[in-house]
Amino acid sequence: VSRIWIRGGRVLDPALERDEICDVLIEEGRIAAVGPDLSPTGAERIDAAGCWVAPGLVDLHTHLREPGQEYKEDIASGGRAAAAGGFSAVACMANTTPVNDDPSVTDFILDRARNDSPVRVYPIAAATQGLKGQVMTEMVALAGVGAVAFSDDGHTIMDAGVMRRVLEYSRLVGAPVIVHAEDRTLVGEGVMNEGPVSTRLGLPGNPCVAEAACVARDLMLAELAGAHLHVGHVSTAAAVELIRAARARGVHVTAEVTPHHLTLTDEACLGYDTNTKMAPPLRSAADVRACREGLADGTIDAVATDHAPHAVHEKEVDFAEAPNGILGLETAVPVVLELVRSGELSPIEWVRRCATNPARILKRPGGRLAVGTPADVVVIDPERRWTYDPAKGFSKSRNSPWAGQEMTGRALVTIVDGRLVYHVDKGVLVP
Amino acid sequence: MKGRDLLGIEDLERDEIERILETARHMQEVGRREVKKVPTLRGRTLINLFFESSTRTRTSFEIAGKRLSADVVNFSPSTSSMTKAETILDTAKTLDAMDPDVVVVRHKVAGVPKRIADELSAPVINAGDGAHEHPTQALLDLLTVLEEKGRIDGLTVTIVGDLLHSRVARSNIFGFQKLGAEVRVAAPPPMIPAGIEALGVKVVTGLREALDGADVVMVLRIQRERFEGAYFPSIREYAATFGVDRAKLRFAKDDAIVMHPGPINRGVELSHDLADRRPGVVLDQVRNGVALRMAVLYLFAGRRGDPRQEVRP
Repeated sequence: VSRIWIRGGRVLDPALERDEICDVLIEEGRIAAVGPDLSPTGAERIDAAGCWVAPGLVDLHTHLREPGQEYKEDIASGGRAAAAGGFSAVACMANTTPVNDDPSVTDFILDRARNDSPVRVYPIAAATQGLKGQVMTEMVALAGVGAVAFSDDGHTIMDAGVMRRVLEYSRLVGAPVIVHAEDRTLVGEGVMNEGPVSTRLGLPGNPCVAEAACVARDLMLAELAGAHLHVGHVSTAAAVELIRAARARGVHVTAEVTPHHLTLTDEACLGYDTNTKMAPPLRSAADVRACREGLADGTIDAVATDHAPHAVHEKEVDFAEAPNGILGLETAVPVVLELVRSGELSPIEWVRRCATNPARILKRPGGRLAVGTPADVVVIDPERRWTYDPAKGFSKSRNSPWAGQEMTGRALVTIVDGRLVYHVDKGVLVP
Repeated sequence: MKGRDLLGIEDLERDEIERILETARHMQEVGRREVKKVPTLRGRTLINLFFESSTRTRTSFEIAGKRLSADVVNFSPSTSSMTKAETILDTAKTLDAMDPDVVVVRHKVAGVPKRIADELSAPVINAGDGAHEHPTQALLDLLTVLEEKGRIDGLTVTIVGDLLHSRVARSNIFGFQKLGAEVRVAAPPPMIPAGIEALGVKVVTGLREALDGADVVMVLRIQRERFEGAYFPSIREYAATFGVDRAKLRFAKDDAIVMHPGPINRGVELSHDLADRRPGVVLDQVRNGVALRMAVLYLFAGRRGDPRQEVRP
């Protein structure tokens, strides 16, 4: 079908400040018209009454695990999970096997994505070779084949001199350097947030200052280098405040926060469930509040899932040994909609943080519904109630703290490049 | 007992602790008989699941089980083969298939006994998990203080040393407070866990202030080989600032008792002269340990009927 008619939904387009009930018509892969009572002929009709019609969500931070760790996830399964979660594009991190530090690996990922993934895949290349924090990667060549950003993610570059050069060099390609800001010497053996809860549980703590000190360093280095720093998964009140102050003095910084850091505290670790272990860890209620305020006031630009699949056997070990990370793609919509239900974000500001800003940060199309632009669209029912069962989801893994929980809000339809790739009643439709 | 498992003192209520201590006093009598055996747990199987080696605690549970006529099986999976071959939950399910009546678990990481308890039908007794809890050690410390002082209510208890890595400290903090004592803690600042005040204790920096007027001084063992140079500069400086000796003990009450879970680093956390002083210094109460663990096994595994029929609270 080359024409799709989305009828009677609440159209939310932050790029055009549009928030009204009307129709959207898609033709030949592009947005053909947005307006009231379009009555096209020969179009596949999607009734969106009571739903939001928004630009497809864009995830700045996923781990698709391919190449090399296909037992956790691959580009096909991760792409399907993304489509089912309402995402039309995901940016995937470089910690694959081999590491995405060479144009051949970037090329492989893009090639796989073209054949296997229902959603757009934007590879993030490593900032240093082998994620070792020593020698910077060939950023020009990597960007040339399609890398959209550079990051060593969980392998924080601890040498400040190397970090400075990476930021400086990134100006050549104008792509953001994404940091997982945790000073590893301060993290030490920490496996959860340091505080009264870690003390009660007897688990080694990872203090907030491990993040804040590294964010402070990277902000100063980005200022010195005149580069675009993107702070991944902000989790602490201190980091939010540092970013706010840096932005005010003109530093080119953007930031993201995960659904879990917006909604869960370290008290979720009380049952020693390894699906509450991630890096950075779940923090205190005050940190959660600060992250929500930061997202609401624009200090934090975007929501990013940090979708991190791990096999069941890898998580069914003791809390110290378990790998960091949880699934995020299929639960982001209902979890983050909590901020709309609480009144902290209006629907259009919610869409801005989940679609428009992430696309802007990566300098990719998407995040808007302007006529003539490629049709990446999501239809969300913000009131739909459903129970999340990872075993019935599209990811290969099941590591979610929300398993078995009743959720409110769900993506019903995802459209990428004018193609219907997901429908809640029919599943993932392509490729 | 309200819960099915004994995972930590934090989960117990005061009357439950008192009931365990009262039962332990009866069990002490069994230990004094010529034939040290009662048929209470005859036909029941106790598995000692020790991922981390601990001869003293394991032996204490083994003797306690045998004195109650249980069949005791020791199972010590080596940690290396665990990580390679089997998840903790696999181990738990394997054990469950052997139909034990009670499982005693020790692991170097906090939370493992809880995760195993979630999978097992049989009750689980925590024999020490990471820096979380070591409930039977705290219960026997409570029993010992009760014997020495006649009461716990109103006592001032000072815990000195490596609070950061100590499960004994956490269990004792909960236990002594639940029975009405005031607990103070002192340690080099890097060894004070974040937010420990939230457990209700008073944190003092100097040893002298910590000992002032104390009825019970609990000295924790310093793992010198792991922590010298990291959490304190040297053994010499530790001994000078936080080591308890006769001179510093003068700040405590005249009849204060000194406790140490053993083994002692003599001249480090406890001075030679004090370590050998009798009475007044209480070393690990092995005999109390057996009686106390008999009481725990009796109360958690010795219920009438099939314990597996009971519903988790």
